[in-house]
Amino acid sequence: MKNNDLLEKLYRSINRKPHALRDRPDIARVEIHHDRVLGVHLVPGLEITAEEKKDTINAKIRVVQGTIIENPIQVCFGMIPENGLQRIVLEIDIEDDVHAAIVAHCTFPNALNIRHEMDAIIRVGKNAHYAYFERHVHGDKGGVTIVPNSKVFVDEGGKYQTDFELIKGRVGKIYLDVDAELQARATAAINARLSASGDDIVEITEKIRLVGEDSVGALTSYLAVRDTAQACINNEMIATAAGARGHVDCKEIIQDNGIARAVPIVSVEHHKAHVTHEAAIGSVDNKQLETLMSRGLDEDTAVDLIIQGMLGGAPEISKAGEDFLTL
Amino acid sequence: MKTILSLQNIVINLGGKPIIDDLSIDFCEGRIHALVGPNGAGKSTTASIIMGLGGYRDVAGDILFDGVSLQGMSVDERARMGITLAWQEPARYEGLLVRDFIGQPAKDKSEARTREVLDMVNLNPNAYIDRCVDRTLSGGERKRIELASILAMEPRFVLMDEPDSGIDVEALECIFDALHFFKESNATVVMITHSPVVLRKAEHAYLLCSGKLSREGSPEEVDAFFTEECASCEEPSAEKVVQETR
Repeated sequence: MKNNDLLEKLYRSINRKPHALRDRPDIARVEIHHDRVLGVHLVPGLEITAEEKKDTINAKIRVVQGTIIENPIQVCFGMIPENGLQRIVLEIDIEDDVHAAIVAHCTFPNALNIRHEMDAIIRVGKNAHYAYFERHVHGDKGGVTIVPNSKVFVDEGGKYQTDFELIKGRVGKIYLDVDAELQARATAAINARLSASGDDIVEITEKIRLVGEDSVGALTSYLAVRDTAQACINNEMIATAAGARGHVDCKEIIQDNGIARAVPIVSVEHHKAHVTHEAAIGSVDNKQLETLMSRGLDEDTAVDLIIQGMLGGAPEISKAGEDFLTL
Repeated sequence: MKTILSLQNIVINLGGKPIIDDLSIDFCEGRIHALVGPNGAGKSTTASIIMGLGGYRDVAGDILFDGVSLQGMSVDERARMGITLAWQEPARYEGLLVRDFIGQPAKDKSEARTREVLDMVNLNPNAYIDRCVDRTLSGGERKRIELASILAMEPRFVLMDEPDSGIDVEALECIFDALHFFKESNATVVMITHSPVVLRKAEHAYLLCSGKLSREGSPEEVDAFFTEECASCEEPSAEKVVQETR
């Protein structure tokens, strides 16, 4: 299939206009299908190199020291066919004093047997701000296995935020693994929102290590688990420095015969550090449900609205994503 | 005046003891009613019975709404007939936007209508329509947003459980203003309250005691009896009965 056709199909699958970004030279973008780079557009201070191999893209993204990228970098990647493997090996260097964000759309609309692997190393420099929003769009057959692994290093005073969202279509199987290390005064917020149904499997393993003084971390995972789907969230916060503060938050709503498990681990190894956690697993709150039903919504619609609210809370970066979506 | 909702010989027993004891009340259409009584008299239970909440979908006796029995009907079926409830402590919803909370169940689902009902409860639509109905809102704000959602559904019968509970004076004024809107549309309102201030906004009042109708009349008469006679009464409340049976 020609590049233009693939590009068209990728964008159509996420319900977007394929060429909307072509008229916006102020917005950087990268488009990847399977093991081909379909398009790259850079802005000053942003460098991207990519190497194509069978089933694999090796990419490096560098944002040069002091650069402030006004508009989020737009990334669209995925696969249109039903079967295949896509492996992305990524190095991201956000140098000192940079402000940058990436909005990524990952789409596998026809997947019957697709495996998507992502191995990323992300370095956020001193006093740099970096945010990454990733929205997955899957088909309704559940034939996709997603295996993203990220190692994140946030230097002194750096800020890192990531939001992973998979609330449309079937999850399939996902094994999400993030490990972040924070130096002094660095912050990290790692958020995941997923809706699992059918026989989907979700396994989330997230770890923040607060090794620098006054570093701050937050792990937030919200899931809806329906039908016979299974989910397990392993969140770990380790504080080893004075003034380090962390919070782990896990909420899972179960419907039907879903199974959910949460394993929050908090470890404090300095008497001046402080870490908290909360986990709630259960069905929809009865009062919330009865309130909406007392306005006339039937039970299924009310449950959907409650879950949609829980999963759809809009973090800052997703607002930037929404701006792109309207182009 | 036409009876819009009729409670007929309702009995609820818990552990063999009655918490609602042969209760019969006729609520007239288009009127503002108050249901008063000491703690545990069965006021909120009566609201739950009418709305069909919890285990109160089927009860001994009957409830007729505009001549139709509500027995066996789910909460949403009753709501679609025009019955609704404003809770003493409105629910919080993480991530659910005010526009969806009000707009989804509304008769007119347009954004213009959502803005209009927010205006009606004195909340600036621009400031509130994209906020979440969560812990970032005060109790008074949540009560007003709940009221806006009720106005948007254009109900025929509104139960208000302790409308003055946990709110400031401004929010209470909004709730009283809303009574005018309900009155204009000929909706019936039943306010469950301990407060003489709220009671005086009613046109007719009922006093419950130990799950029974003790007295009815003008708000002034019922208030006088409640204040003078009920305070010194030794009658065990339904709340005590519930505690004793556990």
